[in-house]
Amino acid sequence: MNREPENVPEPAPLLQVDGLTRMFGHVTGCRDVSFELHPGEILGVVGESGSGKTTLLRCLSGKLTPTAGAAVFDSRRHGPVNVFELSEQDRRRLQREEWGFVHQNPRDGLRMRVSGGANVAEPLMNLGDRHYGRMRQATVDWLSRVELDIGRVDDKPRNFSGGMQQRIQIARNLIHAPRLVFMDEPTGGLDVSVQARLLDLLRELVRDLDLSAIIVTHDMGVARLMADRLLVMKDGCVVETGLTDQVLDDAHHAYTQLLVSSVLQI
Amino acid sequence: MSTLADASNRETSLYNFAYLDEQTKRMIRRAILKAIAIPGYQVPFGSREMPVPYGWGTGGIQVTAAVIGPDDVFKCIDQGADDTTNAVSIRRFFARVADVRTTEATDEATIIQSRHRIPERPLENGQIMVFQVPQPEPLRGLEPRETETRAMHAYEEYGLQYVSLYENVSAYGRIAATAGYPVMIDERYLMSPSPIPKFDNPKMDMSPALLLFGAGREKRIYAVPPYTRVRSLDFEDYPFETQTWEDACALCGAKDSYLDEVVLDDDDHRMFVCSDSSHCATRRDAGFTGPMSGHELARGEDGDTA
Amino acid sequence: MSNDATAPLIRVEGLAKRFTLHQHDAARINVFEGLDFEVRPGECVVLAGPSGVGKSTLMRCLYGNYLVDCGHVLVRHDGREVDLVSATPQQILGVRRRSLGYVSQFLRVIPRVPTLQLVMEPLLENGVAADEAECRARDMLGALNLPEEHWGLPPATFSGGEQQRVNIARSFVRRYPILLLDEPTASLDAGNREIVVRLIREALAEGAAMVGIFHDEDVRNAVATRTFEVAQYRAAA
Repeated sequence: MNREPENVPEPAPLLQVDGLTRMFGHVTGCRDVSFELHPGEILGVVGESGSGKTTLLRCLSGKLTPTAGAAVFDSRRHGPVNVFELSEQDRRRLQREEWGFVHQNPRDGLRMRVSGGANVAEPLMNLGDRHYGRMRQATVDWLSRVELDIGRVDDKPRNFSGGMQQRIQIARNLIHAPRLVFMDEPTGGLDVSVQARLLDLLRELVRDLDLSAIIVTHDMGVARLMADRLLVMKDGCVVETGLTDQVLDDAHHAYTQLLVSSVLQI
Repeated sequence: MSTLADASNRETSLYNFAYLDEQTKRMIRRAILKAIAIPGYQVPFGSREMPVPYGWGTGGIQVTAAVIGPDDVFKCIDQGADDTTNAVSIRRFFARVADVRTTEATDEATIIQSRHRIPERPLENGQIMVFQVPQPEPLRGLEPRETETRAMHAYEEYGLQYVSLYENVSAYGRIAATAGYPVMIDERYLMSPSPIPKFDNPKMDMSPALLLFGAGREKRIYAVPPYTRVRSLDFEDYPFETQTWEDACALCGAKDSYLDEVVLDDDDHRMFVCSDSSHCATRRDAGFTGPMSGHELARGEDGDTA
Repeated sequence: MSNDATAPLIRVEGLAKRFTLHQHDAARINVFEGLDFEVRPGECVVLAGPSGVGKSTLMRCLYGNYLVDCGHVLVRHDGREVDLVSATPQQILGVRRRSLGYVSQFLRVIPRVPTLQLVMEPLLENGVAADEAECRARDMLGALNLPEEHWGLPPATFSGGEQQRVNIARSFVRRYPILLLDEPTASLDAGNREIVVRLIREALAEGAAMVGIFHDEDVRNAVATRTFEVAQYRAAA
């Protein structure tokens, strides 16, 4: 019965966030957020609009400079580094090489003037690939992996539906084998049926690629399906955290209970 | 008529040498020196209002005005031709405001201002090419944010430029871009060579002449100093190629020059002739002939001698 | 080390659980307190008592799904005891992946994933090679009489009994040292109940420790080594 390997050592955190705070003047974006993210783990950040979850995500992904705090990422290139102490050049390189960012609106994450295929291939070019045939093959492989018709590889994004655009965006953010993907309401603007298929796909991909992900959502169903662990945010602060099933099945904070009880049951 | 000429002379004498005031010229020269010091880098400068509209070469004219001296010999071409309106006007402008000698012969010129060509005759050490540039930013078509393109140059993030080449190959099976083909300068800065045909790109590589680029509307100056490596971007499996023609020049028979297609009538008669009119004329004077040597186009090109 | 073979695999000490319902004027529901018990290899402890006494709540506390207010849930994991009350989320996930299985009444899985894949998953997560995992998953589904033509389909459209068998297959396809069984036979017919009883007995014979809730008296009698009254730890309201 002991044919299966046991005693796998616990890996070091991929991202360690400590006291992250972002103020907008005297208004709190997010305040004193601390957590660890481990390799292969999906962290859900839930809360209603204005709770600071998007501010947190923008800080973590290097798009916004925090007022205080640190986020130490275990990078391939430098080892563990505080993202906010990196030079702009190194931070951009980190974003390019080791991270992905899936926006809610595909228009924010895609180049609408170039074809879907070129959108997917761009990260490879950013990493220095200069072989067209190789990149083309990788692009076609990825488009089929996100279940898109590869015959449409050269169509412009505007000729695709919202769900398909989001698939292109996902392929674009995974083709370069990142270690950490940030997702801001990745299925927010989509019909429920499209949303379900996309979530399945995302979850499969994240598992297959052993990615870590931080996914911001206000949708508890998305959180339940996608996340191993949850941070519940309110007024810029984390009010509750734990395993997804713990937080959703046995919420302790009044706000979390309200969130969970507000989900419509079908 | 004499009163008009007097008035014109009086008017000219009211202008500073080479039209621009000395402070402006100094400012532009500083930009040029910086551009030479950082080959391929776009230096912002305080572009002035010029007596021609933007898009007619205001950047080139300001650069020329900043570097021209009384002993210079000035040549100006437009798409290779010395005799188009724009080229003639700019040549006359400098003859008048700087009182310099002008020429159509590439080898005689010390400063060659050009709209979208490099002469066929190899440039020499000591010569200055001045390019008129409508859009100095090669990444602009794909990235509209100036802050972002500046960061891309600063950090040498040029993957995006390959996206346009990728699109080309996807759509046409080859890199179909023909003009304004992006180049890397000394393996550091990505540069738009202005809308010259990619046929001319190899002429910039290790050129003995100084290449200056002026964008008046966009207020940028950049440069390629003599003997600088200039590499046209390409893919490993789709290497850079220049245009080739099956025909030779119909007038001078040249097989190695950039040819323009000229439609002769409505019955699909056409001819290919050298785009570089001076080059073509020089060859014809030396006795070279093409299949249509006697054509009227060959005679009509001796008009402008200003 | 010598008595490792008989040492408890799960040990509960002084467990207390209450709910605070903030939506209802912070009403408090005290479920139990000072609860102690342990389960040794080969034991199947059946939680007894009427509905609402807190059997499922205790089960969920044992799985780390509910947070307890007081006490310890010590689970043997990789040769040492891990307290699920104070463990990190990563440790809890590790315990669940390797040492602690849970068969719930309802199948809660990712939509669209084929049944065979779902059953292979616990093996793959523990590093079993894909071909061996598939082999074992097929044997398991076969043993549970799930029609082979269903194996390639996601279980969303299956009947209640079929879904439950998929659930059981996922928990029995590899030997979890500890298994929590929350009404695993509720929607099964007599024939399939028999099979599940046999699976449970085989696992017990091999030294697994189990805690179960069974409303079906026949099944309970067939597998229980003893019963445990949750009501005796009922907290004073």
